[in-house]
Amino acid sequence: MTFDNPWVHGLVMGLILGNVSLAITGYSIWFERKFAGRMQNRPGPSVVGPWGLFQPIADVLKLMQKEDIVPREADKTLYNLAPPLTVFCALSALAVVPVAPGWIIADLHIGILFALSMGSLAVFPVWMAGWASNNKYALLGGMRAAAQSISYEIPLLLSATVPIILADSFRITDIVTAQLGGNWFAFWPPGPGIAAFALFFLCSLAEANRIPFDIPEAESELVSGVSTEYTGMKFGLFQLAEYLHTFIISLVATTLFLGGWDGPGDNDGFIWMAIKSLTVFAGIFWIRWSYMRYRADQLMAICWKFFLPLGLALVMFSALWVHAS
Amino acid sequence: MSGHESAPAPASDGVQWTTVGGVRVPVELLSPTLPDPYMDIEDYDPEGDLMVLNMGPQHPSTHGVLRVKLLLDGEICVKATPYLGYLHRGVEKLCEKLSYVQITPIVDKNDYVSPMMNELAINMAFEKLVGADVPRRSRYIRTICAEIQRVGSHLLWLGTFGLDMGGAIGGGGSIFMHTFRERELLLDLFEDLTGCRFHYNTHTVGGNRHDIPAGWAEKAIKVLKVVGDRLNEYEDFVRSNQIFRARTVGVGVIDPALAIDLGISGPVLRASGVDVDLRRDQPYAAYDEIDVNVAIDTGGDCFARYVVRVAEMRESIRIATELLGGVPEGPICSLKPVKLPGAVKAKHGQAIYSAIESPRGELGTFVVGNTERRQSAIPYRCKIRSPSMHVLQLLPYLCPGNNISDIIVALGSLDPIMGEVDR
Repeated sequence: MTFDNPWVHGLVMGLILGNVSLAITGYSIWFERKFAGRMQNRPGPSVVGPWGLFQPIADVLKLMQKEDIVPREADKTLYNLAPPLTVFCALSALAVVPVAPGWIIADLHIGILFALSMGSLAVFPVWMAGWASNNKYALLGGMRAAAQSISYEIPLLLSATVPIILADSFRITDIVTAQLGGNWFAFWPPGPGIAAFALFFLCSLAEANRIPFDIPEAESELVSGVSTEYTGMKFGLFQLAEYLHTFIISLVATTLFLGGWDGPGDNDGFIWMAIKSLTVFAGIFWIRWSYMRYRADQLMAICWKFFLPLGLALVMFSALWVHAS
Repeated sequence: MSGHESAPAPASDGVQWTTVGGVRVPVELLSPTLPDPYMDIEDYDPEGDLMVLNMGPQHPSTHGVLRVKLLLDGEICVKATPYLGYLHRGVEKLCEKLSYVQITPIVDKNDYVSPMMNELAINMAFEKLVGADVPRRSRYIRTICAEIQRVGSHLLWLGTFGLDMGGAIGGGGSIFMHTFRERELLLDLFEDLTGCRFHYNTHTVGGNRHDIPAGWAEKAIKVLKVVGDRLNEYEDFVRSNQIFRARTVGVGVIDPALAIDLGISGPVLRASGVDVDLRRDQPYAAYDEIDVNVAIDTGGDCFARYVVRVAEMRESIRIATELLGGVPEGPICSLKPVKLPGAVKAKHGQAIYSAIESPRGELGTFVVGNTERRQSAIPYRCKIRSPSMHVLQLLPYLCPGNNISDIIVALGSLDPIMGEVDR
């Protein structure tokens, strides 16, 4: 589906894809809670509606009714600006991700760079919230977020460089097109492809602040990290941004490594994109509910001593591979 | 017995041993310099930009209402001071107002993770004071209850330790929910035995109140087998987990000489290589009729404490199962059923100390009888020596040089119960 006028196209697509993403994100919270419940011998949400399906709606209504508390000594402008900005940063990355042929908000020729840089920008509102809250736990959380981001960003970008080199384009649509017909970059070239996918996946866990790398939020150490002082819907926006980030990262991972909307045979289409990205999404949940958290310095050691050389090696390999073939 | 890895360490396992204060300790854990917990902050760095962080009393991971005042340089702790007293309930003073038979339900709430141990400890002291002896059947029941309670307490510790490392919404929460599933089975056993799930009030001066119901022993053996099998699952889930090892190995190493100086006991001391266990060294209840294999580890770190506690759970399951097979017949209380609060009287104003090995260490009770004749059913003084309080003295030594994440893990591995600390 395309419109001739790019403004109209962007607006219509943005409305559709943005709202669908928000709905999926809201229900992914329900899904994660059910999933976690099954992993932990309990039913999960089961009271509000059939199978607890109305739980996200009830949660949002509850959050909206909560008193909005701003600490007296907080920097009010930054404090109020941070939660919407996190959602903004998380949601903007969606603009360049194609979910089906033609279903893209803006098909930028540097799409992948835009998506990754928007994801990286999300650390600024997080740090802003930590600073503006005037809370020591929040400050420590914000500092941790900043320290963490400079560690994982480089390997994340390096691992995303592999499909860029293989497809010879920064445009995500081109990257997906190059993988059509089962030629997924996670499995081809064999070995390094899956390594690059794993590297991208792990670094995106760090980017989305998910366990085992949810160090800025570390609720057993820093109470709730940057969102300690936030109440009501502002806190809800932080949560929303986290899930949105996770969801969009799994969309990006699907387009870069798992062939996007490429299905078996000629059955390409949106449904395959949905299946694959939701599988990646569920994998992130699975990891979250099985593992504990790394320490901040351990994450940095892993990123600099292991992920970075691995990423460089993968980039060199893929360049040689393209050169040879 | 299989799966038990830390029997009393032989001298040939590659660990160098020495003797400190008459106790054998591993050499490598003795550190030449200890941080000075009473350091003046100006001595650290007069121009330093230190941050004071009051961790607690409201904090997810301080195991209750402990407050630790941390001086942080960045995220590295420079000095830590624990502040106690947020859960002080005046139990010891209350004991001076209540008679010997009324005190048991009060002390149930001290170590609220293992109430059986509190009852056992205080009633053993009272029995020694009033000179009551305990029938053999009652001693068996007490030992069985104590060992099942030890498993339950260590299960709760494992779950909360997971929470400390993984957070309530994450992998730690999964361990927590699973250990609570097993703990539930053990609490069901106690419910069948005493009618209460938690604050049992089953021990009394001279024996027990509740006899083993029909079929309980078989059910208990079955449940203990289930728990023992599931312990293997936890081992698979936790011990081989790289993140768990990365977070615990080498973190919070405790110097055994310091630990002995500070009066640390229990699994924390045994994880530092000191082979002390009151169940074996001063047998009480029915422990003189059964062998206790004391689990020790020479690691001294949080991982060693995990290893020791898991080995203790296995050992407790073995002891309880063996005792359940041979509970002797007979009365369960040597005194007549108590009708009035003043039924049990101490004739002399003598002072008694008796101690048991609770899941956290040496749980001692110091009782002085009342010399006034009309007050003879009420203790003059009742002091409870709780292992958790002593363990908190380690914090000023453990915290400096570590960051907040490690402090939380080290604190969690000490297993303090604030109800017992403040009493």
